[in-house]
Amino acid sequence: MRNRGAKLTRRKVLVGASAFGLAGSFATRVLSAAPPASAVTPELIAAAKKEGKVVWYTSVDLKLSEQIGKAFEAKYPGVACKVERTGAERLLQRIGQEYAANVHAVDVVNSSDASHLIYWKEQGLLAPYVPEDVAKFYPPEHKDPDGMFASFRVFLSIIAYNTNLVKKEEAPRGFADLLDPKWKGKIVKAHPGYSGTIMTATYQIAHELGWSYFEKLARQNVLQVQSAADPPKKLALGERAVQADGVEYLILKEKESGQPVEPVYATEGTPIIVGPNGVFKAAPNPNAARLFQSFCFSPECQQLCIDIGGLRSVHPQAKEHPGRTPLSQIKLMKDDPAAVLKQGEEIKARYVKIFHV
Amino acid sequence: MTALASSAPAERRRFAVDLSLPVLLLFATVLCLLIALPLSWLLIYAFSDKNGAITLENFHRLLSDAAYLDPLLVTFALASLSALIACVVAAPMAWLVARTDMPLRRTVRLLVTASFVTPPFLGAIAWELLAAPNSGLLNQLYRELAGLPEDAYLLNIYSFAGLVFVVSCYTFPYVFVLVANALDRTPGDLEDASAILGAKTWHTAWRVTLPLALPAMLAGALVAFLQAMTLFGSPAILAMPAGFHTMTTKIWSLFQFPPRPELAAAASLPLLILTVILLRAENNVLGRRSYAVVGARNSEPRVIRLGVWRWVMLACALAVLTCPVFLPYFALLNASFSRVASHLVWFDNFTLQNIRFVFHELSATQLALRNTFVLGSLAATIGTILALVIAYVTARQAVVGHRLLGFLATAPVAIPGIVLGVGLFFSYARPPFLLYGTLWILLIAFLTLSLPAAYQQLQSAFRAVHPELEDASRILGATRLRTLWKITTPLLRNNVIATWCFIFVAVIRELSAAIMLFTSETKVLSVLIYDLNESGDLAAIAVLGLLMLVITFCIVALANSLRFGGRRLPRAG
Repeated sequence: MRNRGAKLTRRKVLVGASAFGLAGSFATRVLSAAPPASAVTPELIAAAKKEGKVVWYTSVDLKLSEQIGKAFEAKYPGVACKVERTGAERLLQRIGQEYAANVHAVDVVNSSDASHLIYWKEQGLLAPYVPEDVAKFYPPEHKDPDGMFASFRVFLSIIAYNTNLVKKEEAPRGFADLLDPKWKGKIVKAHPGYSGTIMTATYQIAHELGWSYFEKLARQNVLQVQSAADPPKKLALGERAVQADGVEYLILKEKESGQPVEPVYATEGTPIIVGPNGVFKAAPNPNAARLFQSFCFSPECQQLCIDIGGLRSVHPQAKEHPGRTPLSQIKLMKDDPAAVLKQGEEIKARYVKIFHV
Repeated sequence: MTALASSAPAERRRFAVDLSLPVLLLFATVLCLLIALPLSWLLIYAFSDKNGAITLENFHRLLSDAAYLDPLLVTFALASLSALIACVVAAPMAWLVARTDMPLRRTVRLLVTASFVTPPFLGAIAWELLAAPNSGLLNQLYRELAGLPEDAYLLNIYSFAGLVFVVSCYTFPYVFVLVANALDRTPGDLEDASAILGAKTWHTAWRVTLPLALPAMLAGALVAFLQAMTLFGSPAILAMPAGFHTMTTKIWSLFQFPPRPELAAAASLPLLILTVILLRAENNVLGRRSYAVVGARNSEPRVIRLGVWRWVMLACALAVLTCPVFLPYFALLNASFSRVASHLVWFDNFTLQNIRFVFHELSATQLALRNTFVLGSLAATIGTILALVIAYVTARQAVVGHRLLGFLATAPVAIPGIVLGVGLFFSYARPPFLLYGTLWILLIAFLTLSLPAAYQQLQSAFRAVHPELEDASRILGATRLRTLWKITTPLLRNNVIATWCFIFVAVIRELSAAIMLFTSETKVLSVLIYDLNESGDLAAIAVLGLLMLVITFCIVALANSLRFGGRRLPRAG
């Protein structure tokens, strides 16, 4: 009588998905790998124009995501890009809710929690599609072996401070410094229940430094915001002096536009966030979806993400922006989406227990 | 059908007489579908575990875990304090406006209306701009004036006190409107009598006017309490950054992945029970007395002269209105045109970039505007008709089971919007009612949520209208529906228009159910603003918020012009 299918738990889906995954891996082994690379053909463009729009669910900061959409519209007039931006964990919830009710609204998804793409793939929701750039240029660790997704964006979750409120010598150098009593009431921090960036970062920090770091941080009266895009804005406003986490790309952007913010690459290492893009199998605009997916991985779009977005890219043709610390010079923590997928629920629950919200 | 159409006139008249009952039954059925369906899902979920087996485990967890008990206490404290503050502030203001010669009475009324129609979440965001401890404009001013260091602050909006303050700012109009309306309707006869018999002005106000207005004030306090209790936006914006939950934000957090609807359903039941108790208490208080003050005769109330005090009183009223209206609107206006929301607009940082962004770059703006407008007008029209008929039925006890009808119409008040949203999601995201992903599910949500207040408004209006005119109409042969349409509705025309506007405005500012039910195609303005707030895009919020306020004020102005435009306009329409 009650439709329990409407309710998804990660565990349940994993059980179901593993059955699917078995069949899936068998099939892919026979076919041996991802589908061949797809170039952008005039037919694809014509078919996309016929559909007229593409719906992109993403957790990238709103201004940047709209700019990417506008760049796409400029290159392919007649195909509108509808950006649906919210936190990655909210996207996960929303897509789950929509698919449970058989509402297929999303064409292409981009999540800052890479484990989500594995999850959707295991559920059998994604379509295999490999843009030419991905096949040719992307390193193997940044594309799915079955061609379901690839790393659209790479960025960091960093500590940062407001230079009007904190002198350079007094600024924190790493996570341990944030536990100093002098920062009590001066830290802003985003939430792993909302933000995929913070979810991923929380896993890496807990893995390297242990949960005791968060337990001590919680005693610092942090201002708890939701999105990882919010702490940089709170710093620029001057609302808090230091961010314990938050996206690097907005700090770089704010700094370059003259706002008093400064990034800190922690001595313990900085969490690295990979945000893959994937096309949905039941996409309402399948051709526009593929066209957009190809556009996203083009050197043109990747460079746009770097220059106007402050993101990093793994496309070898995209160039680092002058004046920013190159990725190779930053001590990074290790990302592990498969582990995040397994521990996601537990991380959220533990975080809520520690921070009370 | 053809047989009916060709039947004799006499027969048709008899058929018309019988029409009242079926129509009323139809309304009852619609109500049942609207309310009972999601409520049943709520109950089923509250008493079951993850696999659907019956259990009490959810309640056990609620009562034994501080993570659920604390929000419950916080919510109760928040709602009580807000209702109390609302009464203390709003009742005297309503009296000043309705009974005294205080200058600018119309303006004060308009300004209260402005705070009434300001979405509470928008107010909360505006107050973030004003009173965030470090970047808040008021705190900057305070530091500047007092010459204090950078981390000194006067106000901290991210606190329980801050939350109570902001919530009160936008709940006091409920009390004000109800009390002022009641005083408007109350004839001056009794006060005249009191004055003629030698009572002093204040004595008359205390012994005659206040008791007459008391039911309205209690009703207002109740509505204020329930509003504060079920509010989602303001606590989500102010309490969560401060590190505490209210019941609504706790319930919302239970729907984050992985969702735990069983716990959320169970967590909403205490709110439901509390509300039912309060409604019964209100009924008991009001049920004992008769407040039929509008009869066939009427006289203008006398104006109380305040002398010099009238200017003092005006200053007080305007000071109160600074909090919900002047300051927040200023903060939003400032943020719309400033490069950095926490800086005052000056020549060096004036920008039109925010406006350009909202209207040219933000792809969701147009869609959200259209959806909001369509939903607002539909819900207001259908909701007003529903509320009018139900209020009539219960006030005049027109049909057996009218109590149940009244209960059903008031019940949604007890359901936090977010929980109703989930109930609706489970009701309408499966066959036979596949509505999720369409505007219909949002329409149902908005109708259900605005019905209680609309119904309460019209019902208290009915209570104040003596049935003698209707009785006369019935005796002269009119049916119930004809009487309702020809006699009662014109008598209550102002209330009906007010109710329409009320629902429209309620829809524009509804957030908590919408946030569970929208999809990318059915996004509304409030959800868009909330999404923007989560990523800290304050400038875009300011622009959209002002736009929202402009639309709202246009609707209110339109309604007012209808109200003062005499009798021709409705007939023309």
